[in-house]
Amino acid sequence: MDQNTKIIELKGVCKSFDDEPVLKDLCLDIHDKEFITLLGPSGCGKTTTLRIIGGFETADKGELYFMGKEISDVPPYKRHVNTVFQRYALFPHLNVFENIAFGLRIAKTPEKEIVERVQEMLALVNLKGFEKRTVSTLSGGQQQRVAIARALINHPKVLLLDEPLAALDLKLRKDMQNELKALHERTGITFVYVTHDQEEALSMSDTVVVMNDGIIQQIGTPEDIYNEPKNAFVADFIGESNILDGVMIDDYRAKFAGHTFECLDKGFEKNEPVDIVVRPEDVDIVDVEKGMLTGVVTSVTFKGVHWEIIVDIQNFKWMIQTTDYCAPDSTIGIYIEPDAIHVMKKSEYSNMFGDYSSYSEEFDELSDAEAEIEEE
Amino acid sequence: MKKRSFIERFAAVPHSVWALLFIVAPLIFVVYFAFTDTYGNFTFDNITMLSSYTHIFVLSVCFALIATVICLLIGYPLAFFISQLKPKTQKLLVVLLMLPMWISLLIRTYSLLALLDNGGLFNSLLEKLGFERVKIVGTSGAVILGMVYDFLPYMVLPIYTSVSKLDARYLEAAHDLGCNNIKTLFKVVLPLSVPGVISGITMVFVPSISTFYISQKLGGGSFDLIGDTIERQFQNVSTYNMGAAISLVMMILILISVAVMNKFSDGDEGSVIV
Amino acid sequence: MKTLSKIYIWVIFALLYAPIIILVLFSFNRAGSLNHFSTFSLYWYKELFRDPTALNALKNSLYLAVGSSLLATVIGTFAALGINKMRNKFFKNALTSVTNIPMMNPDIVTGVSMMLLFVAAASMPFLPIKFGAVTMLIAHTTFNLPYVILSVLPRFKQMDKHLTEAALDLGCTPAQTFFRVELPSILPGVISGLMLGFTLSLDDFVISHFVSSPDFQTLPLYVYNQTAHEVKFSMYALCALMVFVILGLLLAVNFAGSKGKNKKAKVLPMGGIQ
Repeated sequence: MDQNTKIIELKGVCKSFDDEPVLKDLCLDIHDKEFITLLGPSGCGKTTTLRIIGGFETADKGELYFMGKEISDVPPYKRHVNTVFQRYALFPHLNVFENIAFGLRIAKTPEKEIVERVQEMLALVNLKGFEKRTVSTLSGGQQQRVAIARALINHPKVLLLDEPLAALDLKLRKDMQNELKALHERTGITFVYVTHDQEEALSMSDTVVVMNDGIIQQIGTPEDIYNEPKNAFVADFIGESNILDGVMIDDYRAKFAGHTFECLDKGFEKNEPVDIVVRPEDVDIVDVEKGMLTGVVTSVTFKGVHWEIIVDIQNFKWMIQTTDYCAPDSTIGIYIEPDAIHVMKKSEYSNMFGDYSSYSEEFDELSDAEAEIEEE
Repeated sequence: MKKRSFIERFAAVPHSVWALLFIVAPLIFVVYFAFTDTYGNFTFDNITMLSSYTHIFVLSVCFALIATVICLLIGYPLAFFISQLKPKTQKLLVVLLMLPMWISLLIRTYSLLALLDNGGLFNSLLEKLGFERVKIVGTSGAVILGMVYDFLPYMVLPIYTSVSKLDARYLEAAHDLGCNNIKTLFKVVLPLSVPGVISGITMVFVPSISTFYISQKLGGGSFDLIGDTIERQFQNVSTYNMGAAISLVMMILILISVAVMNKFSDGDEGSVIV
Repeated sequence: MKTLSKIYIWVIFALLYAPIIILVLFSFNRAGSLNHFSTFSLYWYKELFRDPTALNALKNSLYLAVGSSLLATVIGTFAALGINKMRNKFFKNALTSVTNIPMMNPDIVTGVSMMLLFVAAASMPFLPIKFGAVTMLIAHTTFNLPYVILSVLPRFKQMDKHLTEAALDLGCTPAQTFFRVELPSILPGVISGLMLGFTLSLDDFVISHFVSSPDFQTLPLYVYNQTAHEVKFSMYALCALMVFVILGLLLAVNFAGSKGKNKKAKVLPMGGIQ
């Protein structure tokens, strides 16, 4: 992977819809051959960013460079990027072959070459023998493959994927994730992927860009994003987190929940207020007398691999994932290793997330369903 | 905002120009003629003269109203009964209902005339059966019959659309809550099909009040309706202005009544006025 | 209840069709009478085709129907494209309302208003408009336009907006996008608009009555003139013929329409599993 060649650069991009700002001074570099994912809740501006790169929207302000050339005024049909659309947008009046061949026909490619390249693409996406089928007779996953083949046949420098798996069911989604990743490796094309599904983002990408409110919250490898979230929003959006108010007493010493913990962070001012993140799987349950903190179990949910328990510690509800069963209403002690504590600077998102007092399964599902709604 | 291409931006221009020239401008001319005399001088005479046409307006409104009510009384049960049949039969009957709408009004009226005329099939049949011949053509009944016959499908179709779209679960809910069939009809089906009824009323009333062919043929010339009057005014250049005035008043009358009726429906389906 | 409602449906449909069926039947009656049927013959049809005025009217009707429906389809399809993409809400509403005026206004008012426009235009020295083919083409195109737009616009609205973007993405210019992707997607609407326009134009009497001249007769105008005085029996033949033509057209439109609907239903799974 060549991390040094920037293929796309966005500089100071602003965009509003009906005076509602969607992107605020966005700067982003996309490197050649990388798999980069724009991740965020609906309305965070990820799709708009993608559409600006694709040429379907124009930024109000800012510049867009493609291989060093400013392309803001280049219409989509002259850009060397292709898009896999949300819900595929296959042409209903054309069969599979003609859908895939569409771009080549427009480019007036000789018939012989068209046939060859379409066959090549069909092989690439495992759809040999489907040439004559009408697209409406295909399953969701097959339509998805046709959409990918159609976009790839023009050999674009960059492939844009707008929530391509959102319409598929869970099992198929997992399979397609692997296939997409393999496809990325095989073709060596830069993939820019948009999703609201954090698991998808973490498992597929080289680089994850977490966005919210039209602002990039954090850019990094999946490991960075998960292990070193920059602020409470990222910590909450990626995985489960207990986020607490704390104070950095000194280098390597943080105080929260009435207890001073050892940690691995430094470089804060003395007594600087900070946000503390502790992942639920990083909390160890111990006997009450050995615990750094003690609390009362308020609810227990069986999750298959582990139990998910909510513990009330000094009126703050912690979520803890454990393989040991704890009875509701029992008092337990908890122990936190130094490397399980992540210290973050205070941000506008402080105190907005991280308490599980209102947590319920139902609520989680509701917010997921909301995110499914196509973002405009 | 998304960029629009040149085509998308200007595609509606030819139509806009056309609409301006051939829809808006003609209506302006109706107003202009209504307020001028034969020499183009401004005048209110045409409007004041309208009072001498009052009885024609009243007669036309009466005829149209009666025809509309009869259409509603016949059409509503028909629409409801059709909606209770098997989907395939429903589809066929709807096509059969639409067919007459597409056959020229002229032909339908004329065929009715041929049937009911003094020397027509109906009277010959009566005679053969030993009854007296009945004079039908030329009576007010014949005119109203003509209107009902010609415009009944316009009443049935919108009502049918509205009734057939009713969620079957509403009916089940009504039964569940203790309504019998009749009560369900009056408490649930009827209120929910009001938009279709309004639409149907408009679609029958408007052509009924403005017709001239029906009254000419079936009325045997003994009834003068608004349509006949307008048509006659436009046969002679000197009465164009009067004709324009009558047309204008009729148009306003219809607009008001359609608007009033649309008030009764919740809007989205009273699609006759858009 | 079930049987009663079925009987009701049968009776109404029988009454609705009786006059038309009798008219068609007796058009084959050699005797030329509505009282008794002598022998089956095509005599009146032959008679009709010996009448040069009738043939001329038929020719005019066909030319006019083809011309006005094509013109309305081209203008209307582009208008629908433009209206669908229009941003200015006020202009969009104004344009659609104006477009629908000929549909909600009584035909007689539309006819009269266009007649006045042409009268006024003809009186201007630099606009030598003559009542006849040109005025008829304009009038018929005008009343066809709302129907074309009404059948095309929903197709544009239903179309996945990403289809257009996908075409642009794959290298189509906006013009190529329209002809290669958008037009095929809306084609069922365009075709049914075209056929609707053709049928309406063939069928129109009231508006034609006001904007035509004796030199340019269409079939409905010819029927009107013929039925104004003593009735020739070849008129029955003509009416029957027109019924057959309308029937054929309606079946064709319905076929095209249902084909389009099937397509729509098939396209639905494209929305993916949701």
